[in-house]
Amino acid sequence: MKYEKLISDFKDKKISALARMITLVDNEEKDGIEFLRENYDKRKESFRLGITGPPGVGKSSLVNHLINGFAKKYKQVGVIAIDPSSPFTGGALLGDRLRMQKAFEYENVFVRSVASRGSLGGLSTSTENISQLMEIFGMDLIIIETVGVGQAELDIMETTDAVIVVLVPESGDSIQAMKAGLMEIGDIFVVNKSDREGADRAIEFIKSSLSFKKTLKDKERPVIKTSALKDTNIDNLISVIEKEKKLMTESGDLKIKKEYRNEKEVKDILRDLFIKSIDKYLNNIENTNISPYEKAEEIFKKTGINFTEDLWKKR
Amino acid sequence: MEKKIRVLVAKPGLDGHDRGAKVIAAALTDAGMEVIYTGLHQTPEKIVRTAIEEDVDVIGLSILSGAHMSIFPEVLDILKREEKDDILLTGGGIIPAEDMDKLQKMGVGKLFGPGTQSKEIAEYITKWHNKNRK
Repeated sequence: MKYEKLISDFKDKKISALARMITLVDNEEKDGIEFLRENYDKRKESFRLGITGPPGVGKSSLVNHLINGFAKKYKQVGVIAIDPSSPFTGGALLGDRLRMQKAFEYENVFVRSVASRGSLGGLSTSTENISQLMEIFGMDLIIIETVGVGQAELDIMETTDAVIVVLVPESGDSIQAMKAGLMEIGDIFVVNKSDREGADRAIEFIKSSLSFKKTLKDKERPVIKTSALKDTNIDNLISVIEKEKKLMTESGDLKIKKEYRNEKEVKDILRDLFIKSIDKYLNNIENTNISPYEKAEEIFKKTGINFTEDLWKKR
Repeated sequence: MEKKIRVLVAKPGLDGHDRGAKVIAAALTDAGMEVIYTGLHQTPEKIVRTAIEEDVDVIGLSILSGAHMSIFPEVLDILKREEKDDILLTGGGIIPAEDMDKLQKMGVGKLFGPGTQSKEIAEYITKWHNKNRK
C-alpha cells in the first residue's frame, strides 16, 4: 500500500488502513512514527481500560463480555490484546482473540493481537503508540489486555486510565492479597471463575487487604465476583466500570493521569534520545581503572549539557 | 524493531480436528513468526476480517472435512473483494492432488498434505515473504 493512499484511507476510517498503520508503529517504522507525530492533535479523548492478571484467569473471556456490553454503548471500541514473544525464537502464539468471538457480532469493534517483543512489563513497547493511533482513528473506548502477569509487571498502570485486576478463587490467601505490586494497581478487582469453590473467601481476602490502605478511595475499591463462563454478574462489572469512569472524570483524576502519562512518555523518549546521542562517546574513554560514576561524568560533560554537582543528589 | 512475519492459522467449517492446526501454529511460532490462532468453526467472512484487523502476511487454513473446494475459493473471493489478495492463502489437510492443482490455479498458494514436515511449511512461508514482502 502506498503511504499517501494509506493516510487517506486512514482518514476515511478504513479498518485496513488502521491495521496497516499499527503494523508500521509496532515495527517502529519511520512512516508510522511520523504519522503519529503529525496527527497527535487529532486524538479523540478515549477512555483506556486495562485488564491484567495472572495467566489463565479468564482475562480474554472477560474482555469478550466487555466487548458485548460496550459495543452497544460506545461508537467505536478498540481492543489491544498482548501475548508474550518467545525469548528464544522471537515468535509468538497470539491466542487471545480466540476467546473474543463476540467481536464478530459488531462492526464497531476492532481487535488487534500484539506480541510483547521482549518487553517485560506486561505490554509491548509499542502499546502506547498503538493506543494513540486508535485515538487518532477515533476510538471512544480502548481495552488493553496484558500478557498473563505475575506480581510485578505493571506497565498497564501507566498506559491506561483504569485497571481491572482479574484473579480467581485459588489466587491465594490474605497475605498474598496484601503483597505489593499487582494488588496495588487495581482500580477494580474481579474474582472470575466464581462458579468454582472459594470465590467468597477470595473476595474477603482482597477486601481485608484493601482495608489496610491509607485513603478511603483505596479502601473502597470495588471487588466483584464474575463468571465469564456462565455470564454471571457481567452487567454489574460493566456498570462499575462506567461509574469509575464517571468518578475519575468528575474528580479530575482522569485529566491528571493523562498528563502524567504524557510527561512519562516525554521522559522515556528523552532517555532514549540521550542514550543514543552519547553512544559515540562511550568507547572514546580510555579504559583506565576509573569508577563507572567517574566515567559517566566524563561522558556527560562531552554532551555540552551543563554539569553540576546537584545532579548527583537523589531525586 | 525487526519486522515479523504474521500468520493467521484458522480452522474453517464444522470439523473439530484441530490437532494439525495447533502443530502448525507451534511450528511457525518456533520459526520466529507471530501466529494468530483463532481456533475452530471460523467462517470465510470471519477469517478475512481477522486477517485484515491483524494485518497478516499469510493465512493458513487447516481443512480435514472435504470442504476445501468451497472454502478456499470463498476466502479468495472475499480477499479480492476487500482488495487484500496480496495476502498469501495457503493451508493443508486431506486434499486430493488434483484438487490442489485446481486450487493453485485459482490463486491459492502451495497446499500441504499428511506427512509434510512442519519445517517445510515454515520454509515455504519464509521464502514467499522474502520474495513478496521485502
